[in-house]
Amino acid sequence: MIETERLTRCYGPLVAVDSLTLRAEPGQVVGLLGPNGAGKSTAMRMIAGFLTPTAGTARVCGHDIRREPLAAKRALGYLPEGAPSYAEMTVREFLTFMVRVRGLDRDVALRRFDEVVMRLELEDVLEAPIGTLSKGLRRRVGLAQAILHDPPVLMLDEPTDGLDPNQKHSVRMLIDAMARERTILISTHLLEEVHALCNRVAIIANGKLLADATPAELEARSRYHGAVSFSAQGSGVSREMLARIPGVSMTEVDPLDGRVTVFPKPGQPILEEVQALLREQNLLVTEIQLEQGRLDEVFRQITTQPRGGNA
Amino acid sequence: MSAVAAIVRRELRAYFVTPVAYVFMVIFLVLSGVLTFYTGDFYDRGLADLQPFFDMHPWLYLVLVPAVTMSMWAEERASGTLELLLSLPVSISQAVLGKFLAAWGFIGICLALTFPIWVTVNYLGQPDNGVIVSGYIGSWLMAGAFLAIGACMSTATRSQVIAFILTASLCFVLLLVGQPQVLDFFQDALPPKLIGAMGQLSIVRHANAIARGVLDLRDLVYFGAMIVAWLGAAVLVLDLKRTR
Repeated sequence: MIETERLTRCYGPLVAVDSLTLRAEPGQVVGLLGPNGAGKSTAMRMIAGFLTPTAGTARVCGHDIRREPLAAKRALGYLPEGAPSYAEMTVREFLTFMVRVRGLDRDVALRRFDEVVMRLELEDVLEAPIGTLSKGLRRRVGLAQAILHDPPVLMLDEPTDGLDPNQKHSVRMLIDAMARERTILISTHLLEEVHALCNRVAIIANGKLLADATPAELEARSRYHGAVSFSAQGSGVSREMLARIPGVSMTEVDPLDGRVTVFPKPGQPILEEVQALLREQNLLVTEIQLEQGRLDEVFRQITTQPRGGNA
Repeated sequence: MSAVAAIVRRELRAYFVTPVAYVFMVIFLVLSGVLTFYTGDFYDRGLADLQPFFDMHPWLYLVLVPAVTMSMWAEERASGTLELLLSLPVSISQAVLGKFLAAWGFIGICLALTFPIWVTVNYLGQPDNGVIVSGYIGSWLMAGAFLAIGACMSTATRSQVIAFILTASLCFVLLLVGQPQVLDFFQDALPPKLIGAMGQLSIVRHANAIARGVLDLRDLVYFGAMIVAWLGAAVLVLDLKRTR
């Protein structure tokens, strides 16, 4: 479990993290989502013990990072931003160092070592110096280091940054597989990642927590939530007719491909009505879709609000 | 303690994976040999001891120790591994101690590799080997004090060049402060008690005292205090930098 309590960090006059109170429970994958410079990494660095909070505190598995830093760090697996590691060491040396410095039991460590190397597919590069590895491999070495001691809490700062789509997929599978009994906090600015991984999203901007909800709840805030979009052949259905359907607030036509999007009034289902109208007009509908809502739009809406605004 | 041991191991290994260790060793061994024979009048003195050899060490350390320590923390900071290191269940003091012990061990290895000169002097005459051993101990302790200063300077700045210059300057002051010329210079300006205290600060005086074969508690305390104080300062600086 990770709890932060009014966690605050200032760099001179700049407030990088502003009274952040957050809670992540076992079984949850919480995504810290925010624009660049929002304070995601700073918050993680404080929880990891690299930076001292200016005010407030955090607890990892109940261990306060100020009063019991070593116990908190023992419970934590952390992948810092950019996955730094000692370039001159081989992968084997680096992971062995991590085993030793964490004081892991020898037999347990050996088993974990093999398991982690297999999971992250590092068998072929064990003897290669880390400095010679590709960005993707280095990231996997960083992940291996973070999960080596089988920590109850994992904190990953942009875990899939710089990976190709296949590697992204396998890292997400890995996180998903580990999520069941663990608390996982990942930071990202990739919305697809939130969809693929997280069961909760904390959106921060300018160091402030602006939203804390499930991805579905966030999508429901989108004006696209419940909207119907379709492509139809022929001259198309007139926008006036669509607008006359009760529950419809407005329609939009994409000037490029002629795709029509019909927006509902809040909370009003309009799919059936739109379908009925299309049947009535005898239009050949090539594709029709009920929109779930667009996270990118909600993200923009939340993070570009004037300061002090609260969603 | 296993964490400290793990760090010592890693650091020592890092020295030998990169060319740093070998360059350092070769230069140290060549210079200590050359200086002993050419500048130190090893033969002409007609004495079977290693006094000229040990006399050169402070000046060798002055240049070489800052080169070893300048990257100690500055590089961790630059490459981002400091974040990794400080997020491990290791206290800052353990990390500082581990890195220092590795560097000190490395200098110890270099010193041990000067054994041919010990063999030479034993071949040429009958030196007092007890005095030679304490000469080595004095030299190693002096290296430790310099390394501790360098460790502290390396935590204070991101730039390795600045770390080098600061360390070398501080060590230079500690070398000079006890030299008779310097003490004479201040003779009129300062009260005699202060001159005496200045002399006590001199690193050479304490190292020489040990090199003469007298392991005086005061000299050991001097080096112990130097090392502890500078490493303590390094811990403080690292901790302070976490809050800024």
